[in-house]
Amino acid sequence: MIELEQVSYSYGEGELLSDISISLTPGSFHFLTGPSGAGKTTFLKLCYGELLPTAGHVRLFDRDVRSLARDDIAEMRRRIGVVHQDCQFLDHLPIADNIALPLTVAGHSVHDDQSNLTELMSWVGLRARAYALPPELSGGERQRAALARAVIMSPDVILADEPTGNLDWEMSQRLLQLLVELNKMGKTVVIATHDLALIRAAKGQVQARVLRIANRHLTVGADL
Amino acid sequence: MKQFELSHVMDFIIGDAQAERAVPPTGFTARLTLFAAAVMAFLAVFALALSVSAGRLSERWSAELAQSATLRISAPVGQMQAQTDAALGVLETTPGIASARVLSDDEQRALLEPWFGPDVPLESLPIPRLIEIVEADIGFDAEGLRLRLVAEAPGAVLDDHTRWRKPLAAAASRLWFLGWLSIVLIFAVMGAMITLAANAALAANAKVISVMRLVGAKDSYIANAFVRRFTLRTITGAAVGMVIGAIAVVLLPSAQEEGFLSDLGFAGAGWLWPLIIPIVAGVVAFLATQAAARGTLKELR
Repeated sequence: MIELEQVSYSYGEGELLSDISISLTPGSFHFLTGPSGAGKTTFLKLCYGELLPTAGHVRLFDRDVRSLARDDIAEMRRRIGVVHQDCQFLDHLPIADNIALPLTVAGHSVHDDQSNLTELMSWVGLRARAYALPPELSGGERQRAALARAVIMSPDVILADEPTGNLDWEMSQRLLQLLVELNKMGKTVVIATHDLALIRAAKGQVQARVLRIANRHLTVGADL
Repeated sequence: MKQFELSHVMDFIIGDAQAERAVPPTGFTARLTLFAAAVMAFLAVFALALSVSAGRLSERWSAELAQSATLRISAPVGQMQAQTDAALGVLETTPGIASARVLSDDEQRALLEPWFGPDVPLESLPIPRLIEIVEADIGFDAEGLRLRLVAEAPGAVLDDHTRWRKPLAAAASRLWFLGWLSIVLIFAVMGAMITLAANAALAANAKVISVMRLVGAKDSYIANAFVRRFTLRTITGAAVGMVIGAIAVVLLPSAQEEGFLSDLGFAGAGWLWPLIIPIVAGVVAFLATQAAARGTLKELR
């Protein structure tokens, strides 16, 4: 599904990631840990084609990312839902329109998918906030909205970058449960986090693997 | 094939309301584009009026002067009538001349009036006799006629208006060219201003572009949202400027004397010319914004 083979990535002179190889198989669940600045976000960006490796190969759905045109990457993005730590919304649009944005840009009629959208908003507990603008939402609401937007196209993979970074414990638990539910539906999930308590909380809920990035290298830990 | 292309144009005009909403309204660039398009279209109307009028005047002057010539007979009083009759005889037998007639004393007096006043004593002045020649469509051989006149009426001098016609036609032709050059420059400046406004809008919306790409938007989709907006704004601004310009041309004060200024404007079907201005402005805006969007999106890769 997503495969990194001897991947390195450098920002200018400094190498951030070195010789990373991993395959994210369908239906798998991964926690990506490591100290701040270790390269977790860069790893995720490599996984959805935002960055190209400076060495090695990244294959998205069996296609080398280097061979993909910009439009091909856009097509791939529709199969990969991304949840950013800062959510990245269009602040002038109501949250329902933000959540429906992947449908819009893919040429789907939001009207046709209205029931799905309503259902999805109920699932993340935002139905009553459909017409609120993103700046009017709390941190937890924004994270849940970002998750809803990431899954509205029913992607094969969900990459979440510090999705609980700004949330209290209760809200973090709720978001984790949503991601676990998605995994049980067969989605591949990768959560980048430095919150070890969250990883411990997942134990027993899902069979997850812990990946750790430190000193430019990725190590694969034991299953939870 | 034509239907396919037409459907693309219709899709572009109708647009995608959802895509439109994804790009936030930008007040400054919107006003700048509207204003620049309106001003440029206003100027384009005048340049167009100048060019069309110059073209029309050039044709008219050429046609009027080309169809007539003047024969001037300067001879001693005793020989004047004889040389006039001889010259008329030559003209009557010259192919390409439709008619020739001697100007009456009143007509000659009217010609001299601007210089000598209304009471010119023609009888007491050694004024040459003038013969007005009207050409047939096939025209006549001026050089051949001059040679014949030398023999038959030595005091006759043929003026076929060439020395008047050439500089007038050249001046009108240059005005026509300058008018069109001005139109080209106006649209070039319009394109440059729209490019600047589009670049400003794209730069201001870098986050929007980033979010749209994150959720799987293709560059063509993102570009279209900007291109359509700028194109429609430009067409709207240019239409307003064109209408105001056309009204200003209508309201130009008309001179009593017939001349270039009294002729500045459009006539008949020529009033359709200004309608092309918003269309050309739309095409310029489309191409300028497309180029700006492609460049910016490529840089943001």
